[in-house]
Amino acid sequence: MKKLLNRYKFFIILAVINLGLVVIYPSLGKNSLSITWSNTLEMLSVIPPIFILLGLLDVWVQRETMIKLMGEKSGFIGVALAFFLGSAAAGPLYAAFPIAGVLLKKGSKFSNVLIFIGAWSTTKIPMLLFETSAMGWKFMLTRFIIDIPGIALIAYITQKVLHEKEINLIFKKAKNQI
Amino acid sequence: MFTIILYVLAGGLLLLSFLKDKKKTKIALMKAWKSFENILPQFLSILIIIGIMLAVLSPDTISKLIGQQSGCFGMVVAAIVGSITLIPGFVAFPLAAALLKSGAGFMQIAVFISTLMMVGIVTIPLEIKYFGKKAAILRNSLAFIFSFVVALVIGVVLG
Repeated sequence: MKKLLNRYKFFIILAVINLGLVVIYPSLGKNSLSITWSNTLEMLSVIPPIFILLGLLDVWVQRETMIKLMGEKSGFIGVALAFFLGSAAAGPLYAAFPIAGVLLKKGSKFSNVLIFIGAWSTTKIPMLLFETSAMGWKFMLTRFIIDIPGIALIAYITQKVLHEKEINLIFKKAKNQI
Repeated sequence: MFTIILYVLAGGLLLLSFLKDKKKTKIALMKAWKSFENILPQFLSILIIIGIMLAVLSPDTISKLIGQQSGCFGMVVAAIVGSITLIPGFVAFPLAAALLKSGAGFMQIAVFISTLMMVGIVTIPLEIKYFGKKAAILRNSLAFIFSFVVALVIGVVLG
């Protein structure tokens, strides 16, 4: 019980702050509660399938298979697969981190996981369709074309700047997450 | 639409898994729950922070911040607002379209959308949990800088 309280400490503090807002600034507080509620509903709609897929991936996909597909020597296939996985996603970016954790645990190359995160954040197909309808195809296409080298570059620089020791630590972290 | 595809995919694979190996399926579901519960405190905190922040930074306020400032300063404001807010796409794009109509420039909008998607100040604790401090800060900083590159290109192509 004490452990549970400790883990949720920050959340409880925030909830109290939010309730305080409701008392002091009723319209702002109620507004923030309704936004939180609608975001929670949105999250609950995408979270179950994402985490079920994550669990299945962890149980069924052999480490060797993942290393072959997305590991150190996977080359272009690994990059393409990472990009495709991220682009086909639905849901906010924070839902991508747990999946990234499983990919790392299974032996994906670190830069491929970064490409996956990059694609999830900015070239999601459902979002692109939406972007086109709001901003026009020219805006969407320009952003998409520049985003591809951008994602690759961010992944490359991040990989280069981190020391091998730091990357190994990230892999170790991933092993303990699930 | 995509959520439905996601459900069909997850449901179908789960059924397949269950037919093949009940025990493994049970382990998979346990892992799914465990990894969800593992980040639940951060998740819930993020949801409340987003709620409070979006109530303070309502679309009207964001319009004022981004719409009125033009030039380089306007881009910096747009980038900062985009980095700290977390707006779902179906709200963000109509907002961006409305901002364009009310006189904001393409470059400010591009930097706003790009940081909105790639830089997550609120979600950084969660990112650190998986990637460590250095990698998370590095990725977000690079994405922040890159958003200005996107804006420049958009400015040249559409400006």
